[in-house]
Amino acid sequence: MSMSDPARSPEPLDDVAAEAERLQAELDESRPPHAGPLSQVAAALAGLAAGIFGAVGSYALGLGSLTQPGPGLWPFAISVVIVALSAALVVTGRLLEDAERFSKASLLTLVALVTLVLLAVLLPLIGFEIPSLLLVFVWLRWLGKESWRSSIVISVCTVAAFYVIFVLLLQVPLPRLI
Amino acid sequence: MDISPIINGFGVVLEPDNLLYCLVGVIIGMLIGVLPGLGPGATIAILLPLTYGVGPVPAIIMLAGIFYGAQYGGTITSVLLRLPGEASSVVTVFDGFALAKQGRAGTALGIAAIGSFIGGTVSILGLTLLAPIVAGFALDFGPPEYAALGVLGVLLISSVGNGHKLKAIIAACVGLLLATVGRDTFTGAERFTFDSLNLAEGIDFVPLAMGLFGLSEILYNIEERHNQVHSPAKVGNVWPSRKDLGRSKGAIGRGSLIGFFLGVLPGGGATLSSLAAYAFEKRRAKQPERFGRGAVEGVAAPETANNAAATSSFIPLLTLGIPANATMALIFGALLIQGIQPGPQLVAQHPDVFWGVINSMYIGNILLLIMSIPMVGVFVRILRVRPAILAPITVLITLLGAYTVNNQVYDIFLVIAFGLLGYLMKKLGFEPGPLVLAFVLGSMIENSSRQSLLIFGGDPTGFFTRPISGTVLALVLLVAVLPLIRKALRRRRPAEEPAGRADEPVEENTP
Repeated sequence: MSMSDPARSPEPLDDVAAEAERLQAELDESRPPHAGPLSQVAAALAGLAAGIFGAVGSYALGLGSLTQPGPGLWPFAISVVIVALSAALVVTGRLLEDAERFSKASLLTLVALVTLVLLAVLLPLIGFEIPSLLLVFVWLRWLGKESWRSSIVISVCTVAAFYVIFVLLLQVPLPRLI
Repeated sequence: MDISPIINGFGVVLEPDNLLYCLVGVIIGMLIGVLPGLGPGATIAILLPLTYGVGPVPAIIMLAGIFYGAQYGGTITSVLLRLPGEASSVVTVFDGFALAKQGRAGTALGIAAIGSFIGGTVSILGLTLLAPIVAGFALDFGPPEYAALGVLGVLLISSVGNGHKLKAIIAACVGLLLATVGRDTFTGAERFTFDSLNLAEGIDFVPLAMGLFGLSEILYNIEERHNQVHSPAKVGNVWPSRKDLGRSKGAIGRGSLIGFFLGVLPGGGATLSSLAAYAFEKRRAKQPERFGRGAVEGVAAPETANNAAATSSFIPLLTLGIPANATMALIFGALLIQGIQPGPQLVAQHPDVFWGVINSMYIGNILLLIMSIPMVGVFVRILRVRPAILAPITVLITLLGAYTVNNQVYDIFLVIAFGLLGYLMKKLGFEPGPLVLAFVLGSMIENSSRQSLLIFGGDPTGFFTRPISGTVLALVLLVAVLPLIRKALRRRRPAEEPAGRADEPVEENTP
């Protein structure tokens, strides 16, 4: 075993890791570009807000003492850590490049979320069949850019398959129309 | 060592039901390994509601099968499409795709399958021998030890995983905070429930995991530009020649050991071990320049290691009750749902679960070897399925599956809310993994630290004076400080080599 060969790279593990990272970065090119300092600060502030919220809420629950910890002591301790770390992130994280910009494509995610909420709202009212059909169809046709024909065929087949598996075979008590 | 429970474990595995779930698990694992878009973590999260219907043994056998099956499937995309499904098979791309370009994709897949099989099997043998010993050692752990171990686990996952460490630790703390929602077990006070009956019971693990791991990944992938054309290379003969086998023999042996030992370490052992195994082979090769240009060892080493590591990452979970990675956190949650507390008592209290799951992996690996060599053509054909078609189907499984847990629409809304949270986290560079893991361990850490404080009469130095919890906490400090030391060393290096890595962002994580 030639554990120390000066002619070769000093730290092969780091080299391989760096190469792997480069490949990963190249593969991520189909992702939206990274976001600027504003998003980074906003994210850190969201963390800060969560921490402050937790700290205030748990303080109200009562901290007690170390010998007799109240219900709020543990969540208070965590919240303080969140506040401290988020504050550090506000300061140090401004120039990080690990966040993605919200782009036009993010609107697709918004559409997707709306279909999910609609399904949850409609499910107890009119059963799962029609909301599911709509969801799959919207996802295929507009989010996935499939053709009209394959969108219709696949969505109908999917819901039929779900009906057979969930309702007929597994007898899951899903709210349903038929 | 008494081997009768091990033999009985095989009896458990060979029950037709369990065999079936093992088969289903490894097939799903292989499929999602091959299909782009959904990782094993997301899949296991989405399928968690299934575990309510079946008993603990078949449920965990299936989930474990998905986990190690995905390691086999991931190889196929790495070699044929240059698309590693998992971080742990990124290194496989270097030589795997080079071999595919030379028309030797079959050789790469065959060697990877054999390596994965051997690595997996060696690791199960290690698991069989080592796990009861570790569990026996941990039997007299008290609350302080568990509190310390829990903190160490959370910290390791946060610091070894991908992404920015500060962000990971913040995410983990939010997970700990979410775990406190509901009735306090000590005082009975309701915490953060806002007078909601649903929240009084606490937040359920299943919708949280389904949202943060499953739905968030689907939502995140919607934004991916769908411009990749999948035209997998021809596979050809999968059976490796004697020469290739001879070349890879050493790499497979060493990869098994590297994978086994690094996999035991909490925090992404599979990725680290694949990197280490590749680097090690390259370093000891007579012609290191062959690596990256289609060296079979370059495929055999990382694929063997990541499989061995995937298997040995069960050790901390099954023996100490500490999940070593995000997927193990899901399996931990699945066990809790079944009323089984993973930990040192598991082997004594639930030998059927312990040995059933371990022994099912022998069978699972044989099934996977069959699927990856003679039947590989079937899975290569699946590469042509478009992710756009898969997404709505998985989303529907997720939402309806969440409903079936308690027959409540509330759970669907919970999944959507956590899906949105996970999506925003991913967009802003936070990993959901540490949050979920910390959530799982949260009440254990809180309860055992409060019990410890009672034992110590309110004196927190007691954590440090007990030998084992003291050692574990020293490790915690080490894990927290080590990145700072590395950072300092890196700062020094550019001074020695001026054209060095000075422009590299120091904060960025290099595993």
